[in-house]
Amino acid sequence: MIDMLLINGFSIQISQMLLVLLFSPLLTGLVRKVKARLLRRQGPPLLQPYRDLIRLARKEAVVAESASWLFRIVPYIVFAATWVAAALIPTFATGLLFSWSADLIVIIALLGSARFFLALAGMDVGTSFGGIGSSREAMIATLAEPALIMIVFTIALVAGSTQLSTVANIMLAGVGLRVSLGMALFALVIVALAENARMPVDNPATHLELTMVHEAMVLEYSGRHLALLELASAIKLLLYCSLIACVFVPWGLAPAGAPLHVHLIGAAVYIGKIGIAGCLLAIFETLIAKMRVFRVPDFLGAALMLGFLGTLLLFVSRSL
Amino acid sequence: MDKLAFDVAHFLAGSLVLVSLMLLYQDRLSALLNVFAFQAVVLALSVAWQAYVQDAPHLYLTAAIALSVKAIIIPVALHRMIRRLGIHREVETAVNIGPTMLGGLGLVALSMVVILRVTAEADMYAREDLAFALSVVLLGLLMMVTRRNAVSQVVGFMSLENGLILAATGAKGMPFVVEISVAFSVLVAFIVIGVFLFRIRERFDSVDLQAMDDFRGERR
Repeated sequence: MIDMLLINGFSIQISQMLLVLLFSPLLTGLVRKVKARLLRRQGPPLLQPYRDLIRLARKEAVVAESASWLFRIVPYIVFAATWVAAALIPTFATGLLFSWSADLIVIIALLGSARFFLALAGMDVGTSFGGIGSSREAMIATLAEPALIMIVFTIALVAGSTQLSTVANIMLAGVGLRVSLGMALFALVIVALAENARMPVDNPATHLELTMVHEAMVLEYSGRHLALLELASAIKLLLYCSLIACVFVPWGLAPAGAPLHVHLIGAAVYIGKIGIAGCLLAIFETLIAKMRVFRVPDFLGAALMLGFLGTLLLFVSRSL
Repeated sequence: MDKLAFDVAHFLAGSLVLVSLMLLYQDRLSALLNVFAFQAVVLALSVAWQAYVQDAPHLYLTAAIALSVKAIIIPVALHRMIRRLGIHREVETAVNIGPTMLGGLGLVALSMVVILRVTAEADMYAREDLAFALSVVLLGLLMMVTRRNAVSQVVGFMSLENGLILAATGAKGMPFVVEISVAFSVLVAFIVIGVFLFRIRERFDSVDLQAMDDFRGERR
């Protein structure tokens, strides 16, 4: 019986990791397509990101002469850390095998270490663009990470756990009207936009040297290294969408030990949720203009403030 | 039902604190006035909910006064005023948003710690409203301290008064006469301040209060 459960959990875990890996370029393609359609352009086909990845993987990887060993291994570290972080988030089922070994704070730590290595790689070759990108990324991270921690505290105070499966189950059971959760959602959306280098913070479609952050760091990469980094950033976008969906709209998640058809329904609902999230992101990015880099601290400061205020308000209502 | 009633009261009062912090965040005058009007709407909703929960019909009147005077009349008048002063597109440059927000959050934390300690025996609604009201009052004061433009200071003063109304409605049995007189004194203060704004502008060609300090020979 226990073996059966173990096999079940294992297969769910593997299928969810594969789903995230295979599905993430499609989300990137969807966002690009919707954005292009909103601007009345045709836009690249939905499967274009897959073709890009395959093309990059076939190409020769050119490495700068001044690059150290760190430059070569960073793409693998970043990809691995991001993928493991994505594996910890319940996408269509809560009975994940890995989720008992790690919680939300581990996810933040994994993403943080991925960013740390990427920033190092940006500075490794010694070009000025990489340095600019790394320093800007560090500036964004110093504000985004505390904000994310405050959001986690807010969610943990409401749900009584930092374990995402437990959080999702408690949210499903209903926690009443909580202004703190609304603040946490708002702050999480701001942080997700900043972390994924999306529109008001960074423009993912441009290589304009004055404004780019993420693209500046990966400017020196080519071939399979670049393919891995692109895939990692696609997974990161999907990860944040899944995180928001899992905590704030957990309906449709298959509970642990549910039969197969419930899991299939859960997967369909999940794909629907992510599709809606991608469309909303595209609409938001079309409506808004990019900020000046020095306005970004104000934008992220709002997220930090919302997270902190959410925690404070919860303390008041709990101590009554 | 009781749980839901409390949750809604918490939601509205918490939103009021949030809007007060949003006031600190704005550096454009017309945006500031819009947020101020929104704060008054949230206040009116919060007071109306208290009226429903406490079964006190006179509080509906307080909510109506807050809605009509503070959400409509004063913001519209202030909008016209900054238009006549020609400063409706002005950006406040002296504010440093980051430290101000941190200070504001510190004040919110402080008021919650103080009120929750002090009012250990009071009614649940009163405690919560008092904690939030004190933070709104302190945030209004912070706004008056950090801004240099006279119109922003007026907005800070009005938002401080919004905090007082929240405190008054949370405490059961506040006489209606008190609330009416507070509301009207604010209206009178608003008119007096409005007159003064134009006098200041006549003298100094600006509503930046730095000019007055310089005139008095004060050094910063």
